[in-house]
Amino acid sequence: MTGLNRSFAGLGLGVAFALGALAAAPAMAQETIKVGILHSLSGTMAISETTLKDTMLFLIEQQNAAGGVLGKQLEPVVVDIASDWPLAAELARQLIEVDNVDVVFGCWTSVCRKSVLPVFEELNSLLFYPVQYEGEESQRNVFYTGASPNQQAIPAVDYLMNEEGVERWVLAGTDYVYPQTTNKILEQYLKDKGVAAEDIMINYTPFGHSDWQTIVSDIKTFGSAGKKTAVVSTINGDANVPFYRELGNQGVAAEDIPVVAFSVGEEELSGFDTTPLVGHLAAWNYFMSVDTPENAEFIEAWQTFIGSTDRVTNDPMEAHYIGFNLWVKAVEAAGSTEADAVIDSIVGLETPNLTGGTATMLANHHITKPVLIGEIQDDGQFFVVWETEDLVPGDAWSDFLPESKMLEADWTAPINCGNYNTETKTCIGSAS
Amino acid sequence: MTPARSFIGLVLSLLLLAGATPLRAQETTPANAITAPVASAATDPAALVAAMGEANLRELGAIVTELAATEDTAVVPALQALAAGTLYLDKATGAVVIVAGGNRLDPLTQAVIGPESAADLTRIRVNNSLRRDIAAALGAMTLMNDDPRTRMSAARAMMANVDDANLPLLDEAIAAETDTAVRALMQVARGVTLLRSADASLADKLAAVPVVAQSGERDAATVLTAARANAPAELDAAIASALAGLEQERAVWNALQNVWFGISLGSVLLLAAIGLAITFGVMGVINMAHGEMVMLGAYTTFLVQLFIRQNFPGLLDYSLLIALPAAFLVTAAIGVGIERGIIRWLYGRPLETLLATWGLSLILQQAVRTTFGPTNQMVIAPTWMSGSFQFYGLSITYGRFWIVIFAMIVFALLLLVLNRTALGLQMRAVTQNRRMASAMGIRTPFVDAMTFGLGSGIAGLAGVALTQIDNISPNLGQNYIIDSFMVVVFGGVGNLWGTLVGAMTLGIANKFLEPYAGAVLGKILILVLIILFIQRRPRGLFALKGRAVEQ
Repeated sequence: MTGLNRSFAGLGLGVAFALGALAAAPAMAQETIKVGILHSLSGTMAISETTLKDTMLFLIEQQNAAGGVLGKQLEPVVVDIASDWPLAAELARQLIEVDNVDVVFGCWTSVCRKSVLPVFEELNSLLFYPVQYEGEESQRNVFYTGASPNQQAIPAVDYLMNEEGVERWVLAGTDYVYPQTTNKILEQYLKDKGVAAEDIMINYTPFGHSDWQTIVSDIKTFGSAGKKTAVVSTINGDANVPFYRELGNQGVAAEDIPVVAFSVGEEELSGFDTTPLVGHLAAWNYFMSVDTPENAEFIEAWQTFIGSTDRVTNDPMEAHYIGFNLWVKAVEAAGSTEADAVIDSIVGLETPNLTGGTATMLANHHITKPVLIGEIQDDGQFFVVWETEDLVPGDAWSDFLPESKMLEADWTAPINCGNYNTETKTCIGSAS
Repeated sequence: MTPARSFIGLVLSLLLLAGATPLRAQETTPANAITAPVASAATDPAALVAAMGEANLRELGAIVTELAATEDTAVVPALQALAAGTLYLDKATGAVVIVAGGNRLDPLTQAVIGPESAADLTRIRVNNSLRRDIAAALGAMTLMNDDPRTRMSAARAMMANVDDANLPLLDEAIAAETDTAVRALMQVARGVTLLRSADASLADKLAAVPVVAQSGERDAATVLTAARANAPAELDAAIASALAGLEQERAVWNALQNVWFGISLGSVLLLAAIGLAITFGVMGVINMAHGEMVMLGAYTTFLVQLFIRQNFPGLLDYSLLIALPAAFLVTAAIGVGIERGIIRWLYGRPLETLLATWGLSLILQQAVRTTFGPTNQMVIAPTWMSGSFQFYGLSITYGRFWIVIFAMIVFALLLLVLNRTALGLQMRAVTQNRRMASAMGIRTPFVDAMTFGLGSGIAGLAGVALTQIDNISPNLGQNYIIDSFMVVVFGGVGNLWGTLVGAMTLGIANKFLEPYAGAVLGKILILVLIILFIQRRPRGLFALKGRAVEQ
């Protein structure tokens, strides 16, 4: 509610400010820079995306307090895509054509991103996408500030293999594009590492699946074959809580069969008593528990903004934080909010992330990130048990799939292509 | 960055120790000193425990191994606390303490040092592999404990962390054991250890095969299969025959386990659908907001628990029981409001009812979302609904068990209300022939409101149960509305027994299809089967007969 009121107030203030300025100095007609926020505020995805909308409002408010961008104030334009993907494309078009926004921050699911992609390409605008995703994509108008598979899934599997000695794998996911593609990459990766086909079990469930009895019981059976077993979970959204509850009830302890999740963060755990889950893992590029001065400052400012000390921070919020700061720097470097100018100036820019490192925008429109493995604690936070020594650069096209290992994305001259084939030295073109 | 940083920390602390030792050696007593030299502390439990405070994960692992090597039972509480996450570092004094019951305790003597709140405490954190090491260490140390349950878990730990060195311990413990259940488990642990051991004699291994095979443990087959590798012919044959018996038994229990899963899924469907069986089945109202009644019931449970947690923490375990009447009354009241406000204007116009209630469901969802926020709310499972128990070869979780019982009670009560009370009689009269009932002096509008209220109230009860298996989010109801309609249509509109049989059939069919077809395809198959079934029997399993049908 506060978010809504605030955004209204912000909008009202912005309008009043614009009107006032208009009267005072008619020459300065374009007084604000408009920033589109394209998230689901109702429907299935509202649980995750509402917070991201608030995060953007928070970042914009902070930037405005610090003097805005290019001497202008930022003006948020919030739309609700209501977890309806065709609507997302319509609203993206509306944001760009009717509201004249200069940049859009938004989407959570891959299907949302895929629906709005053609719009951003056609109208040549900018989208910052903040969530970990399956890769196999790079588009000139999109900046991927979440993790690609080599920044999350692959290091997590390496951790389990090397530190926990896992030999048998359950790949469990929700039935849609992100888990399917990630599991395809992981399956190939595991086979390359010498894991036999009968030691990999792949399982898909519908969105919002709530009856996990059979699957958890199957996992137990699969795990009692004498080899150390782990579950790699790409289960998304609402289905996670009943899944973990069933794990706890059926007595699957993290010491026996650890579950490493790619879509479970602080926000998802905040609606849950995590005592039975202690020790299960998650792989992210950021955890709220990371102890750095930047993070402490961010958490404090966020909790003051949202008006509650119970609110948590999570990885996609950090992705928005990084994406927003990179955009601000790019605009200031280019001296303009024009899409082409920003695309040219943003590659190679750096901004500090919240875990003590630096995020660099790469030529393939992905960023560098650290990879952290955390164990769930009984207070719903994660305890970091492992992390990469260096920052990992995001890879758009997986090196482990035969059909994509020769592809590279590079949006700088002379290649300027999202799917450049390094073997034939040609650009495949728009069929990304 | 943590490894790098903690490495630097380690080097620094080593340097510090090396520098501090010669100076301070005379004045520090080993018991309280974090600065005690690590090298000479190798056999001193107090110093080892004290060193845990500043250790990183790798050092903690080494300390646990050394503590286990001391074979001093005084360190057991400290290890238990470390595994449970109640071992803390007191930053002010640098001492390692156990926090229990609001007090800081000495890790070795259990003496109270002071209140918990008076200190700046940091938890000493462990990871999975450490937890395993601790369990193994505790297993060896607690095998002769006074409490049979501790001995039981010690034997289990030994089974999970097989080590030849445990054999003499187990032999000693088996000889001294008085509790038959514990002794049986110890013997299984001994058998497992023998089978895994490379040095055990053939006679010992042969004797261990039946012990393990008849243990009823889940991974008995695993242990036996593993032991077949490089086994001499005699042992191999013994294991093969034991395994054949196990397989057969397992197949039967697996089928039964599937039936149980089906019943438990069926009872959830029954709970969600039975309210709809009243509003849709008996009254003929297509109520798309039924799922939202379930959701409101779940939120009522959340509020009741929140209230109890804040005001009467002692009653927390019973908060679900207290929430039952509250959820029923709240949702029933809202149901009556909906009936009086919207639905009564739309009787006989099913399409408009459908649209109006659909709109209403969206309004209710968004209202809850604005009031409580979009994130999930938490209802803590009471202790009597957590965990699972073994019933012969079946593993049954308490949560599901109580939900099955609850669904049956609700069903029985509803039958009682419909068939044995005046209100039930009037309901049936009004639905069968409204004008005649009206002519007999029944206040049909009142009965309509009550019927709808009853259906909504039962949806609220379902919401209480669903807090234990699903998310408490504004979307909770949406996931159940399709399933509920499916159950009611499949079972036969207007017949409660049909709803019961329909729910159970769908639940069990789903669970038998799932292992073969997967959860996604299984759901699709069920839907196709229902469509085909409805083609053959449009009125469902238990069709109403007689004049009432013709209306």
